[in-house]
Amino acid sequence: MDPQTLRKHLLELVRMTACDLAPDVEQALARARDREEGRARSTLEWMIKNSAEARESSRPVCQDTGSLIFYVDHGREIRPGLVAQAAREAAAEATERSYLRPNAVDPITGKNSKNNVGRGSPYFHFNEVEDDNALRVRLMLKGGGSENCGAQYTLPDNTIEASRDLTGVKRCILDAALRAQGFGCAPGVLGVGIGGDRMTSFMESKEQFFRKLDDQNLDPLLAELEDEMHKKVCELGIGPMGFGGRTTVLGVKVGIRHRLPACYFVSVSYTCWAYRRRSLEIVNGEARYA
Amino acid sequence: MIEIKLPVPEEDIRRLKVGDEVVISGVMITARDAAHKYMVEQEAAEVKDVLKDGMLYHCGPVVKQDDQGWHFVAAGPTTSKREEPYEADVIARYGVRGVIGKGGMGERTLAACREHGAVYLHAIGGLAVILAASVKQVQTVHKLEEFGVPEAMWVIEVERFPAVVTMDSHGNSLHTEVLEKSTEKARAISKTL
Repeated sequence: MDPQTLRKHLLELVRMTACDLAPDVEQALARARDREEGRARSTLEWMIKNSAEARESSRPVCQDTGSLIFYVDHGREIRPGLVAQAAREAAAEATERSYLRPNAVDPITGKNSKNNVGRGSPYFHFNEVEDDNALRVRLMLKGGGSENCGAQYTLPDNTIEASRDLTGVKRCILDAALRAQGFGCAPGVLGVGIGGDRMTSFMESKEQFFRKLDDQNLDPLLAELEDEMHKKVCELGIGPMGFGGRTTVLGVKVGIRHRLPACYFVSVSYTCWAYRRRSLEIVNGEARYA
Repeated sequence: MIEIKLPVPEEDIRRLKVGDEVVISGVMITARDAAHKYMVEQEAAEVKDVLKDGMLYHCGPVVKQDDQGWHFVAAGPTTSKREEPYEADVIARYGVRGVIGKGGMGERTLAACREHGAVYLHAIGGLAVILAASVKQVQTVHKLEEFGVPEAMWVIEVERFPAVVTMDSHGNSLHTEVLEKSTEKARAISKTL
């Protein structure tokens, strides 16, 4: 695929991710609305209405269009560097077209790069796959408010009586949800990474957000953990935007990585209700978006 | 639904209570981290008029510029608690009657609301398209070059901007209430895990 065409497809991927929530997310919001009453219900109703208007007008669902996180699966014939370059150009053009807010800020000088391109921005993760010409690009736009609600626990953690076992893990998840209150724009989703090192534990938690909300974890033990914690976190009664209500989160998703004997990390990432992730797959030269 | 027109007198603000749903019309200004630091550390003469008996909005918008000028494309609220170190001083010094944002604020801001007659209004986070549509006109912008688009101080005219009072001028905060209840609940759940 020539760079120009790829850039065009990636621009469409960015637009779609920013302006058009995936169907599983909207369905989850609608189901939540039907269960709620009063202010919790009207808050969810506003969110659903906003999402529909965003889609119709190609405007970003939320003004915090987040950090751009690209996961690229590519065959041997496709050079990662070219995909990254096309994606950077797409991000800059998307900013110019107001699909994205200029969101890359130099931490020392405070200067905004004005086009979302900067050191480590966008972020890319490449994975080589068997099929020589395969290309699948997944994009997540992860907002900053919800990012601030993330937490990493080192077990044992006496402050929440969490030891190095499943009960300890559950207490971490509950504590993270409690601390998040409505700050991350509830009802969001909790991504949980158990094990790994500090970096991979957080990565695992973030990668959970590429999953469909209504999927089932392949590991039965984790599937059970997800269901139990989803229910218990909702019982906290924090509700949409922290106004109180039954829907505190739309889901809990858990992944694990083998850990070092000395380390036991539980990392929790929070994504807001404006849960933006989409994918682009090139099949026989044709672009398919999902 | 209570209608508020800016500028708004103190007695109208004193009448508002936690849980009241309001719609706001008039001229307000966006202000987030860099703007708050600026307003507290320096005399921000250019924003005094709009802040007196006015409201400020914790928001970093997506904007668009054409030959008619600037337009708000997406403009939901940002997390307010980052401004907690500054907000009480801003309310006191500039005579602000309403702070609009999301997530609520802390004790110092709540005390300033009580002392000076102000409220905290919660806009729905992520309601970017609907809230941007309530912005009828961008009047001017301060510190655009220095702060960048999200952090600049945008003076906007809004019409029927929806929000909920979650901290009133009588010392009540919905956020404290939800935090206390959920903390108690978490303690109970934690024992059953």
